[in-house]
Amino acid sequence: MDFHDIKLLSPEISMGALGIIIILLDMITNRKGVLATVSVVGLAVPLSLSLYLCGLVDSDSEGKLSGVYGTVLIDQFSLFFKFFILGTLALVILSSTDYLSKLGRLRGEYHALLIFSAAGMMLLPAVTDLISIYIAIELTALPLAALIAIRRDSHSTEAGIKFLLLSAMSSAVLLYGMALIYGFTGSTEIEVIIERIAYLSTGSGPFGERVILLAVVLIVAGIGFKISVAPFQMWVPDVYEGAPTPITSYLSVASKAAGFAIMLRIFYMAFGDIRIDWASLFAILSAVSMTVGNLAAVIQTNIKRMLAYSTVAHAGFLLMGLAAVGTQADLFETPMGPGSVLFYLVAYAVTNLAAFFVIIAVVNSTRSNMIRNFAGMGQRAPVLAIILSISMISLLGIPPTVGFMGKLYIFSAAINSGLTWLVICGVLNSVVSAYYYLRVIRTMYMLEPESDTSIQIGIPPRMAIGIVGIGILVLGIIPSTVMNAAEKAVIVFF
Amino acid sequence: MSLIHFQILSAAMFSIGLYGVLARRNALLVLLSIEIMLNAVNINLVAFSSYAESAQEVGQIIAIFIITVAAAEVGLAMAIILRLFRDRSSVDLDDIDLMKW
Repeated sequence: MDFHDIKLLSPEISMGALGIIIILLDMITNRKGVLATVSVVGLAVPLSLSLYLCGLVDSDSEGKLSGVYGTVLIDQFSLFFKFFILGTLALVILSSTDYLSKLGRLRGEYHALLIFSAAGMMLLPAVTDLISIYIAIELTALPLAALIAIRRDSHSTEAGIKFLLLSAMSSAVLLYGMALIYGFTGSTEIEVIIERIAYLSTGSGPFGERVILLAVVLIVAGIGFKISVAPFQMWVPDVYEGAPTPITSYLSVASKAAGFAIMLRIFYMAFGDIRIDWASLFAILSAVSMTVGNLAAVIQTNIKRMLAYSTVAHAGFLLMGLAAVGTQADLFETPMGPGSVLFYLVAYAVTNLAAFFVIIAVVNSTRSNMIRNFAGMGQRAPVLAIILSISMISLLGIPPTVGFMGKLYIFSAAINSGLTWLVICGVLNSVVSAYYYLRVIRTMYMLEPESDTSIQIGIPPRMAIGIVGIGILVLGIIPSTVMNAAEKAVIVFF
Repeated sequence: MSLIHFQILSAAMFSIGLYGVLARRNALLVLLSIEIMLNAVNINLVAFSSYAESAQEVGQIIAIFIITVAAAEVGLAMAIILRLFRDRSSVDLDDIDLMKW
């Protein structure tokens, strides 16, 4: 561990330090409002360190920096996710200031745990060794479990234990897959694994590539839990409903993005040569996930549960991008799949954060998560209602929103890879989802309000809602900046 | 004793653990079953690292990491289960049904 290694890990180290500072500050100060300010302002340090690393990567001739005994790889891909996670974290902290008055004296822990978990998520796309991947996944999941249970009422505790037990079980499945990979390739480094797999699949190894496929299935099952893909989605609705709403938004956006990042990293860098084999697995999971998520969302009456099933459906769309690896004929062409996944993650993040931030603000006043309690929001809170409507339209995928661009990009990637049946399935699913997304808009504008009181909302949540609300439209009209960044980030895989 | 014996032991333990997670209703026993699954992985890793000549000691190092993280996990799980018990004087997962469908 020399200076070079510390430099590569500096954003995560500074996040850890920030979390500890928050805990110490919590002990000495009585003005708890200052904690959120310190957290958001403190994020400038990891942000500037990431920008510094960005400059180093740009000036490097190979465009990547490797260190910490070959376990950490800083390239455009990992930097893309560092900025993504930092942005999401800042917005979530801003949006939760009103909500936190309920938590009382646990505010310090709330911010510190959020920051620790974000450090794990920032580390996850940058690690290239199976041990480090496991450690980063646990660093993400354990603080999240504590955050889910932090409200200490029966719903929150129930969600916490469900999340923790299922996440521990999925880690065990993932580890079994990793152990098989290690056993049959003799290495835990992703870059070595790909060479050994090439050796195994020539048929000269004792087992051939079949055992690798078993390991691939176990790894997909293990990470599938984290990214809430059907048939591993049973924890999602319960945890989303029981967790504090800001944590739900964080879970649905940041933790999913980190999961997809590590999927792309493992599957393109370690199993890139056998991609035709695993692509069909992802195509099937994608179709199942979209269908299960959308059909179950139709019957929900609780808006958080509805968005939970919607997140399962969107995981299906994202998997479509993972399945789009190109066809056998043009295996050496660069497929559009990974780039489209990154763009869709940004699109989904902006849209879903907008939806959840409005829900946080409304539920803070009405104290109810039921969709019927959103009746008449068009009159009670006109701006919030407009933003929630825009985000529902974007989740549905209608122009000029960013959700439309995301779907367009991912569908064309799938068609280029010959997955026409999957695209037809996706379009049909979008039609089904129109029912429950538009029902929210109908409830807000067509039904009579229960009371006339307007919704009170503080300055920081207002800023967060404004940023994501404008983001949905701006990125929907001019998506090229983010698209270029996404395409630049995935060049490292080819 | 050859590598295959350890493989079978590990696979059997993993399956027993998985069965326990799915079939047990007591939160503590589910936690124990998860520990059995993790230990199955550990046996697998240690066996691989001592039998395969190219694999060196990496497997044992991973096993130590897994044991450490599992301890942290158990600590957190016990805290939440304690909370659960105070709430409804039961740690039976069938009673945890405030939210479904």
